[in-house]
Amino acid sequence: MTLTLPLRRLSPLLQVPVVITLFWLAVAFAGPFIAPCLPGEVVSSTVFAPISAQHLLGTDYLGRDVLTRLLYGTSSTVLLCAAATVLACTAGAFLGMMAALQQGMTDTLLSRFMDGVISIPSLLSGLVAVATFGSSVPVLVLAMACIYMPGSYRTCRMLALSIVQKDFILAARMRGEKTGYLVVREILPNMTGPVLTDVGLRFIYAVRLLSNLSFLGVGLQPPQTDLGSLTRENLLGLVYGAPAVIAPALAIACLTVGLNLALDGKGRRQ
Amino acid sequence: MTMTAKLGMAIARRLGASCVSLIFVVVAVFFITSALPGDVAQSLLGQAATSDSVAALRHSLRLDQPVILRFASWAGGLLRGDFGVSLVSHQSVMSMVHERLIHSLLLAGITTLFAVPMALALGTLSAIFRNTIFDRAVSLLTLCVVSVPEFLVATLAVLVFAVQLHLLPALASISDIHSIGSFLAAFSMPVATLGCVIVGQMARMTRAVMVNVLSSSWVEMAVLKGVSPTAIILRHVLPNVIAPLFNVMALSLSYLLGGVVIVESVFHYPGIASLMVDSVASRDIPLVQTCALIFCAAYLLLTTLADIVALFSTQERTRA
Repeated sequence: MTLTLPLRRLSPLLQVPVVITLFWLAVAFAGPFIAPCLPGEVVSSTVFAPISAQHLLGTDYLGRDVLTRLLYGTSSTVLLCAAATVLACTAGAFLGMMAALQQGMTDTLLSRFMDGVISIPSLLSGLVAVATFGSSVPVLVLAMACIYMPGSYRTCRMLALSIVQKDFILAARMRGEKTGYLVVREILPNMTGPVLTDVGLRFIYAVRLLSNLSFLGVGLQPPQTDLGSLTRENLLGLVYGAPAVIAPALAIACLTVGLNLALDGKGRRQ
Repeated sequence: MTMTAKLGMAIARRLGASCVSLIFVVVAVFFITSALPGDVAQSLLGQAATSDSVAALRHSLRLDQPVILRFASWAGGLLRGDFGVSLVSHQSVMSMVHERLIHSLLLAGITTLFAVPMALALGTLSAIFRNTIFDRAVSLLTLCVVSVPEFLVATLAVLVFAVQLHLLPALASISDIHSIGSFLAAFSMPVATLGCVIVGQMARMTRAVMVNVLSSSWVEMAVLKGVSPTAIILRHVLPNVIAPLFNVMALSLSYLLGGVVIVESVFHYPGIASLMVDSVASRDIPLVQTCALIFCAAYLLLTTLADIVALFSTQERTRA
């Protein structure tokens, strides 16, 4: 199988988290295509309808199909957070490795700056960013990327610092390799495992932040939906125990807890 | 150099670093919030505004001055305790923040009072009985709590305590507290939710710290010598965990700052965090700036305190 081959090459401890992530990415990409209705379409006159054959997860506070909205919501949560995580971790990893390689002034300045950014709680930075730039998809993604970059930088710098002292780096330097080569071919391949774990954690943080912002009503704005705003808009359904509010809440829980459990299990067995 | 002088130096250095961080935060908050794309005055007055009124508002907001000058006057105002005037309600920010801040501190204080002992006990117990069913259960539960967004815990709490069991009101109204009963009713839901989040974070970190010490060679030695478990905990473990535990506490209490934002808005608790969320939604920049600064200052204060306690306790240990 084409898919299982690269998976097998990963250490067995990383397989579960990677499979979980791939599953959510698949849902995110396929969601809008397999959704039974249109996300904004009012399909029923009963609001907060329970589970039925027509509407597998019932209807929401306006009588729209919950399953459809859930698929769209999952799609935007996962894709936005994945984009932010990729940006944050790529920038963080490269800056971290550069700092570890160069040391001296570059390292000090970068590390001081990153410490400064870390000293602002993430939800606050998110709120300030939204207050300033308004809440649109690019702002949210970039804000999350900036918020989680310092953490990734720290992890990668620590990992790279221990690798930089190894003999093979010295050998490569003696051969006259450039910094770019050292980073991509010598350092990065030797820290993939811990870096991937870090990426997974940042992804969970990003999902939490975006859902929290959307739940507060300052994240994604209608007509776009994500899992946080779905929970918010159907909060009234809590009184009836409607699937409209339970389904998105459950989806967030499965996404974050599942991935975290897998990563935690991996950390414990190591 | 004497020990005390060394300690003094270390503390001074730590305080200096915190001051630098504080200045960084002040500068960052100001410049991010002044980087508004487009014209604030225009967006505040809306489409129908005449060019004269926009110009007048621009002048009164000092938008016609360079950014550096605006920063200087804003930072100068901060030093005098003048936080500016709200763009929406036209009240002074100080008066709006004052009462809300007391409410928030009350919420945070009550939560800390409950959550810290509980988390310490839970973390220590699961470290002592590590790899038993109890430990696994605590670990799974706390992992669930720390991985889901805070609002999910709040929603679940409302579902269980207010909707299903009818035990507690879903909203907190602290204006009509007349008796102990109404006090408990108003505070229990926000405190319980916030407490769950903090206990989850803190119990996990406490367990890690405790396991680290319990599996050390000197504890093993004490066990082999036949020292009683109580004596091991009190004489050998406790002195070595004070510093890391204070770190854990400070870190978890800084999670409180994030959690308080969600909890206050879910339960409509009139604290500073819900004020900030409202001001973000209405893009009331002076209010956002002040609230953000208060939160960041609180965060810095907690982390600095933890580091200073850590410095003191390492000092004690090296002396003994």
